[in-house]
Amino acid sequence: MSPLSIKLGRDLWRIKGQAVAIALVVAVGVLLQVMQTGLVRSLDETRRAYYERYRLAEVFAPVTRAPVHAAVDLRKIDGVAAVETRVAGAAMVDLPGAAVPVRAQVASLPAQGAPRLNDVLLTDGRALSGERPDEILLLQSFARAHGLKPGDRISATMNGARHDFTVSGLAVSPEFIYTTAPGELVPDDRRFAVLWMTRTALEAAFDMDGAFNEALLSLSRGTEPDAVMAEVDRLLDRYGGTGAYHLDDLPSNKFVVEEISGIKRTSKTVPPVFMAVAAFLLYIVISRLVDAERKEIGLMKAFGYTSWEVGAHYLKMVLVIAVGGAVLGGVLGILAGRWMVDLYMLYYKFPFLLFRLDPSSFAIGFAVSVLAASAGGLLVLRRVFALTPAVAMRAAAPADYSRARPLGGWMGRVLDQPTRMVLRRLARQPLRMGGAIAGVGAATALGAAMASLLASYDTMVEMSFGVIDRSDVTVTFIHPIAEQSRHDLAAIPGVIEVEPIRVVNAVLRNGRHSYRGAVNGMTVAPRLYRAVDADMADIPIRADGIILSTGLARALDIQAGDRLTLDVREGRRPIVEVPVSGISESLIGSPAYMEIGALNRLLKEPLRISGAFLRVDPVRGDEVYRILKDRPMVAGVALKSESRAALRKMMDQGAGAMRYVMAVIAGVITFGVIYNAARVAQAERERDLAGLRVLGFTRGEVAFVLLGELAAVVVLAMPLGALGGYWLNLAISAGFSTDLYQIPASFGLTGFGQAMIVVLIAALLSGWLVKRDIDRTDLILALKNRE
Amino acid sequence: MTENTFTIRNLKKIYGHGDTAVHALRGVDLDIPVGEFVVLLGASGSGKSTLLNIIGGLDRASEGTALFRDRELTTMSDSELTRYRRDHVGFVFQFYNLMPSLTARENVELVTEIARKPMDADTALALVGLAERADHFPAQLSGGEQQRVAIARAVAKQPEVLFCDEPTGALDSTTGRAVLKVLKEVNERLGATVLVVTHAASQAAMADRVIRFGDGQVIEVKVNETKLTPEQIEW
Repeated sequence: MSPLSIKLGRDLWRIKGQAVAIALVVAVGVLLQVMQTGLVRSLDETRRAYYERYRLAEVFAPVTRAPVHAAVDLRKIDGVAAVETRVAGAAMVDLPGAAVPVRAQVASLPAQGAPRLNDVLLTDGRALSGERPDEILLLQSFARAHGLKPGDRISATMNGARHDFTVSGLAVSPEFIYTTAPGELVPDDRRFAVLWMTRTALEAAFDMDGAFNEALLSLSRGTEPDAVMAEVDRLLDRYGGTGAYHLDDLPSNKFVVEEISGIKRTSKTVPPVFMAVAAFLLYIVISRLVDAERKEIGLMKAFGYTSWEVGAHYLKMVLVIAVGGAVLGGVLGILAGRWMVDLYMLYYKFPFLLFRLDPSSFAIGFAVSVLAASAGGLLVLRRVFALTPAVAMRAAAPADYSRARPLGGWMGRVLDQPTRMVLRRLARQPLRMGGAIAGVGAATALGAAMASLLASYDTMVEMSFGVIDRSDVTVTFIHPIAEQSRHDLAAIPGVIEVEPIRVVNAVLRNGRHSYRGAVNGMTVAPRLYRAVDADMADIPIRADGIILSTGLARALDIQAGDRLTLDVREGRRPIVEVPVSGISESLIGSPAYMEIGALNRLLKEPLRISGAFLRVDPVRGDEVYRILKDRPMVAGVALKSESRAALRKMMDQGAGAMRYVMAVIAGVITFGVIYNAARVAQAERERDLAGLRVLGFTRGEVAFVLLGELAAVVVLAMPLGALGGYWLNLAISAGFSTDLYQIPASFGLTGFGQAMIVVLIAALLSGWLVKRDIDRTDLILALKNRE
Repeated sequence: MTENTFTIRNLKKIYGHGDTAVHALRGVDLDIPVGEFVVLLGASGSGKSTLLNIIGGLDRASEGTALFRDRELTTMSDSELTRYRRDHVGFVFQFYNLMPSLTARENVELVTEIARKPMDADTALALVGLAERADHFPAQLSGGEQQRVAIARAVAKQPEVLFCDEPTGALDSTTGRAVLKVLKEVNERLGATVLVVTHAASQAAMADRVIRFGDGQVIEVKVNETKLTPEQIEW
């Protein structure tokens, strides 16, 4: 082994603490890079493969009732590759022992063979047999959540009639990767079911003999879906087509895609921060090392080593640290990715989801960290090149502070000498100090923004379930029924208050923007489910206009006072223009509100309601649910407490886990920056500090001179961190808000405080480590040996 | 009887242990009277600096006693030693050890701020002939000037003892003589006991007392009847 290699090893060992701290920063950057790109790849590829293998349709065309032969015309549309028709609808599963009926979706499968589109993957039991109409396949996650197995019997209400079924098998489907009950945000395996039945059986249940109510289409490669959908709409119009929509609008797919693009966004923004911090730290540490080893460098050059050879020695050191960190980050990234995949499988029902390392991400992370580190190293190499043997062999002159201004005036009178030493050092190397401040500031900002994001989620839950929705139960009917039925609901013992609602499916259009959603018809001054403004004050519902939620207004790029085209997709399907009368604050979904009477008039269906919000006596809740379960017109009963609990659970598991990850990350950066700054300052000033001890300064007083500098860095970084955190929080809330949910920006003292605590702990830890070494300094050696 | 600044008996210092043990001091007995200018001579590794470090409160003895006036140094705690250095002792080093971030005056004030009965920083600088350089930073001063600032810093607290470890080691002879002159003045005007460790045997001629070290022991103690002035010394 060459002497230089031995020196390399020993030098690394000597700066091991700093090397580890920097390698950790690199590792976190690479970890995130590898984990996130791997997740994107895993989710994306699994999704594609799953869609392809089970032939998920690209266009969904619900229709009221179309004869089977209508499919022939659909098949003839230019660009359509395959057409499948089916009968689909809503159901309510009645489980023995469960007070609240479970909402379910039903879809037909052909009696013989696999469907051309939207096939299912049988995971347990056997497929449906054409002969037995009472057989069903059950969504695997739901069955498992309730301990249901093939062979078990369950009953369900469809189209107002109750049926008993035998579970022949359990299945999963690419159509239901992310399964939420309609109108809910978070999957809850226990509370949402999908049933597959033979076409014949479902035709009977929904009076669809010889007809279908949903067409599924796949397209040839390169086909423009909009043109096909327009043609589908035209063909199905006479059968009550309610508007074809693309796979992009399928709720399950939408959630998966949103998730993937969310990870993509972070993977592009966060890891570079780490690389920049690591490069900066390497620059500081190695430049300090080169300064300290002037003599050795001069000696090596005097012996005949070239500048390149000597430079390569220091560059190797940089590379060892960077490569070490990158490899560690890669390994940890894979482990973290696997762990995340397990977490994803709780919510995303893929038949399998393997963490697939994206080799390019590893290569990129590796290359970027090595390049960033080398950039830091190369700046230092300039100094190695500039040193001539003669200059290098001479002792360095005292650091020149002559440009520092004498501290006159009140400062001259007030400041003691140790404080002056701290201040002058800060002023002498503004770039280095600025870098350290920026690094700690970035860590604080990152931590504060993430902690605030969690507070934002809390606000979202509180606002949605505490302020906007004050009901206990939401009841939906199979189809719109007479308004008087609300009195039947009110008459149920235990029901305290009933508030009717009419939900109408519609496409909202503004110029080229359109949104497939629904309009909620509500009473003028609703009490249980309200529209509120940013100050949480009621917005009265109006008959002469529509109120849009903020998310919807953003998606449509529309403001109060503008006019909106309402393309109603049910009943007589009128297309009307309505003025936007207000914008309401809403965090979950993108609702639009209108006065129920006005909405019914638009539809020419007076006095109809499609559901109701109930306030229920908590003591008699179970009794109320039991009665509701037996009402034939009831399609679904949703309990607010359950939706809220499901959302909470997801936030605690997903975002909650992220809270600790981000705290660790903020801690790692802070520790990396502070510890290195402290170590470098200590090494540079070992003699000064020993000198102070000899002059009779106590350990505490000496530590002040060194740690005061770090304290100043941390203190100066705080406002920067607060400001950065505020902007980052705004950017993250905006970036992560979709039409599915909006994250309110809420940068609060709590989040900032939490980040500050992490930063302070990291700072104290590095301060303590360095102070320990100051205390151990050998006074005599420090004074005798001139570097 | 003359009063002693230091009374040292059987002082030993051993670095390491077992086979690798190095005996830096092998039982030193010395009396250093108050107010004397003492020069310690000896080859490298003879033990002179080790003695200086122990009685200067920078290092601890392995065995024996060392009294500063009537106080035992060898049993002092770390904070007592700090107190001792702060209140009674001044140091001058070969490499000056000034704080580069403080001006000459501020370097002196570094000490006067924490001393019990310091002299004014400007007075101390005037004593070493640097009154007009008070606002310069170390980087703006020559080696001799830096060493004189270091002396001003050491004497500003009006110490009872001034320890100088090779104070002229990094200086040319002209500058070195100027530094020795300052040390002599401090000794005479402030009455401080001055201990100078040096390689330059010729400097012994200006001392009241010359202590020669060899192999961790005192070989010779010589009291000069006639002394040379710093200007008369050549090396």
